[in-house]
Amino acid sequence: MTTVAATSHTVPAHHDDRSFIRKYIFSTDHKIIGIQFLFVSLFFLLVGGLLAMQMRWQLGFPGQPMPGGGVLPETMAPGGVILPEYYIQLVTMHGTFMVFFAIMPLLVGVFANFLIPLKIGTHDMAFPRINMWSFWTFLIGGLVMLSSFFVPDGAARAGWTMYAPLSARHDYSGASIGQELWSVSIIFVGLSSILGSLNYITTIINNRAPGMTWFRLPLSVWSLFITAILGLLALPVLSGAVIMLLFDQIIGTHFFDPGAGGQALLWQHLFWFFGHPEVYILILPAMGMVSDIISNGSRKPIFGYHSMVFAIIAIAFLGWIVWGHHMFVSGMNPTLGSSFMVSTLVIAVPSAVKTFNWMGTMWRGNLRFHVPMLHAVAFIAMFVIGGLSGIFMAATPVDMQIHDTYFIVAHLHYVLFGGSLFALFGAITFWYPKMFGRMMSEGWGKVHFWLTFIFYNCTFFPMHITGMAGEMRRLYDPNQYTFLQPLQPMRVFISISAFLLFATQAIFFVNFWWSLWKGKKAPLNPWEDNGLEWSLPSPAPHGNWEKVPNVYRGPYEFSSPQVAEDYLPQNKKLPTDREPAAASAATH
Amino acid sequence: MRRTVIAVVWGSITIAGCGKARDGSSSGVAQAAESMRAAQPPAPATDGATIAGKIKFTGTKPANPKIDMSEEPKCKAKYQGVPTEEVVVVNPNGTLANVFVYVKSGLPASYKAPAPAGPVTLDQDGCRYHPHVLGILVGQTLAIKNSDGILHNIKAKGTKNRPFNISQPTIMTSERTFTAPEVMVPLECNVHGWMHAWLAVLPHPFFAVSGSDGSFSIKGLPPGTYTIEAWHEKYGSQTATVTVAGSETKTADFSFAAK
Amino acid sequence: MHWWLPAKASTFTGPIDGLFLAILIITGIAFVLVEVGLIWFIVKYRERPGRKAYYTHGNTRAEVIWTTIPAVTMVALGLISNHYWVEIKGRNSIPANAYPIGVHAKQFEWQITYPGADGKLGTADDFTIRNQLHVPVGRPIVVQLSAEDVIHSFYVPQFRVRQDVVPGMDIKAWFQATVPGTYELGCSQLCGLGHYRMRAQVFVQTQEDYDAWMKQAAQEASQ
Repeated sequence: MTTVAATSHTVPAHHDDRSFIRKYIFSTDHKIIGIQFLFVSLFFLLVGGLLAMQMRWQLGFPGQPMPGGGVLPETMAPGGVILPEYYIQLVTMHGTFMVFFAIMPLLVGVFANFLIPLKIGTHDMAFPRINMWSFWTFLIGGLVMLSSFFVPDGAARAGWTMYAPLSARHDYSGASIGQELWSVSIIFVGLSSILGSLNYITTIINNRAPGMTWFRLPLSVWSLFITAILGLLALPVLSGAVIMLLFDQIIGTHFFDPGAGGQALLWQHLFWFFGHPEVYILILPAMGMVSDIISNGSRKPIFGYHSMVFAIIAIAFLGWIVWGHHMFVSGMNPTLGSSFMVSTLVIAVPSAVKTFNWMGTMWRGNLRFHVPMLHAVAFIAMFVIGGLSGIFMAATPVDMQIHDTYFIVAHLHYVLFGGSLFALFGAITFWYPKMFGRMMSEGWGKVHFWLTFIFYNCTFFPMHITGMAGEMRRLYDPNQYTFLQPLQPMRVFISISAFLLFATQAIFFVNFWWSLWKGKKAPLNPWEDNGLEWSLPSPAPHGNWEKVPNVYRGPYEFSSPQVAEDYLPQNKKLPTDREPAAASAATH
Repeated sequence: MRRTVIAVVWGSITIAGCGKARDGSSSGVAQAAESMRAAQPPAPATDGATIAGKIKFTGTKPANPKIDMSEEPKCKAKYQGVPTEEVVVVNPNGTLANVFVYVKSGLPASYKAPAPAGPVTLDQDGCRYHPHVLGILVGQTLAIKNSDGILHNIKAKGTKNRPFNISQPTIMTSERTFTAPEVMVPLECNVHGWMHAWLAVLPHPFFAVSGSDGSFSIKGLPPGTYTIEAWHEKYGSQTATVTVAGSETKTADFSFAAK
Repeated sequence: MHWWLPAKASTFTGPIDGLFLAILIITGIAFVLVEVGLIWFIVKYRERPGRKAYYTHGNTRAEVIWTTIPAVTMVALGLISNHYWVEIKGRNSIPANAYPIGVHAKQFEWQITYPGADGKLGTADDFTIRNQLHVPVGRPIVVQLSAEDVIHSFYVPQFRVRQDVVPGMDIKAWFQATVPGTYELGCSQLCGLGHYRMRAQVFVQTQEDYDAWMKQAAQEASQ
């Protein structure tokens, strides 16, 4: 450890003579790596959105030529009419891009990298070079995934969950190289996450500033810490499973092919053993950052800090023992279904604690509705819907009816879009000044927020209703079923809302890029926040602090009676404060 | 095979990089085939020897399975009675249709196939394939037509040729080409489990399918001694050796017995 | 437009729809509580100049209350759900007198095997029909599910019955239809490019109609 600490200490903050390439391309600076993750994963978010728009076109206007679809080759959409095999590629790749290349890197790649050293008060990550590799393996994975659209037979076609044996045998799926590239890409992205997680865990345990005790950590750091543990334990399982899948695909093993002695359900157990913790990887960091923003926007300490921490830990722990709730009707022993149902329902408890504590934080606050706060409140409002709709499918008998229908699609989008993505819009706006030294436009931010909020609900809420009516997922043309034909007007409504939702995001992108050059210069502490990161200039220099600050209190001391102003930074020494005992854990 | 696939992948990635993969050509395979076709010499004179014959059938003719098309009213409307599969089609004159006869060996090593003339059409009409058995040259275009306007998928299960599985949700035509000689490439539709067709891919044009009178004829052969094979999907294959010279016509009859 | 669960046509609709409604009420209360609370706070506690927020780090009693209430509700819900789950899907839930029908799923069709006159599968008088599931009304049916290639899922929305069909596994599912009529059986697990077209007709018939149909179908099949 000493060598690492020594390395980071030897890099002085003030003079930075690294070449352009070392500074911005092969950078080991956690802030630059975070920003690299931000640009790349926003691009993949756009890709995922474009794929979704094509799906919505087919569902809203089945069999009609898609505007601009003429550019697609004959194997995807002859004359602009989407083919069934292209549709299932869209389904598969939309899920894959959004989960692995957009939401997960946006939450973890961007904010774990950017925030952890700044918020715990250290110079950089414990292993800066591993950190750089984590970005580059992610980028390679993403490019491999993207390239799979251009190989013969196109991209993978078995859904983002890649259920075997459809995914394992090319004669079943009709895709070959695309399936293999999917596996290769996921191995890369798994490696990236494992490298990242190692770094985050080590850094948080070892490199906290003096006085930054465990219970003075911001909830964002707590949630990123727990997320990293989840990632470190879950991703190897996925990687192992995907390597087995790749062997099935290219060297003729039969792990998942029952025809030759394999087990089809084995894939599902392995996948969901990773997949359910993954669900929490995709929401816990959002919860943590929302906690920071809610407390800041309410100008009030977070309500029940300790129970918030324990709720994060409880959710993460329960997340390990609920994977079977994706498999109630899979043919798994129904008695297992009973136990998975109970553990799943119990997750509602820590989730409820978090929700009520956020509300408790807002209660009797002095609410400032800046753009991050709007998104954070929307997060609570939408996460509640997604959480509550989860109870329906946790109840096994009800799951019989709504499993694999649009009810599930609605549920997961309420959590992933209404939850994670709203939190991300909030977080990007909140820490944008720290990243780039400029503010994003407040007015356009609000326009973007309200339009997104409205169109988002118009898009996803009706899916609950079509799902209840029995509309199955991943159908190229639901009108093949007579009982689904009356729902076509609803599908048209959803599609149009989705197009508007997508178009609205242009406001965010323009605001984002425009503000990079033309945004208002950021003051030192634009949100009047308590975090250590706001004691640094924006953007923060390489190595962050010359000497890391001492920490005297928790991160949520808003409206404290000890000071006149309504915030009290963690590193501000009051006459009553004592110096922290040496360094927190070890290295300083 | 794997090497070819990998080569094709890299090829198509490079092509995609140049922005040409989007011009509507079906795949990297098709591109490769296209360049091959361009390299071929023009067709030789069509005069030459002919091998002709009849496919006889002995024994009781088996009944073909009936097809219940009630779930596809569009297809059902195209038939007066109950349609059947076409596993064994015995003609009224006691001959066997849908037998694929081709020159299996005997062509000189220096023989060059003529450029394929136009596409071969495989029509899906009334939820059956027309024709049921067909031959195609390496590199020639197979135009797969959906005349039904309902979803068909076409799964080609070749082993020497790259397998494919494509779908046609509406009235449309898709084109594919084949890169290696293979007898037979089974074609099937998985939406309508009764739909089967058999495609022979050959490096030369010396093949024929027995028709509604049970006869076939292979024309334009250069002089030589040939092994010809008659293939039937249920009764297997038989071979015969025929020597031809000049522009003479030789007869080669085959006889299949009910099993 | 259809705004609720599909029509009811099996004995499972009672408990499943009841449970759905119960959860809807519970979650509805929580939903209203949270959303109304949020809007109320947003309006009431919006920023006013010169005011400071109330400085508190929490309230243990409040937190105990809002931990306990969801915990008790969820455990109760789990117990009730499990009661019905065991009745519907439990290993021993299939009635002994259930009438067997074989369902074999392959890309992209359902092959339905009927037991013939003797009412038993695996005997010589069995016969198979594509994409047509006939069942007698008012009698427990056990479908014996097998798959040829990939995973499919047997789903009849009006029966509230869904069971994945997994290659290499013999899975049984049962139901009892209550209303004669025509329904649709769909595949609800992505099974390839023809997934959306993998459907079959379900005919629920009175016992007499079913017997008559069976006789005729068996005769046609034996030709």
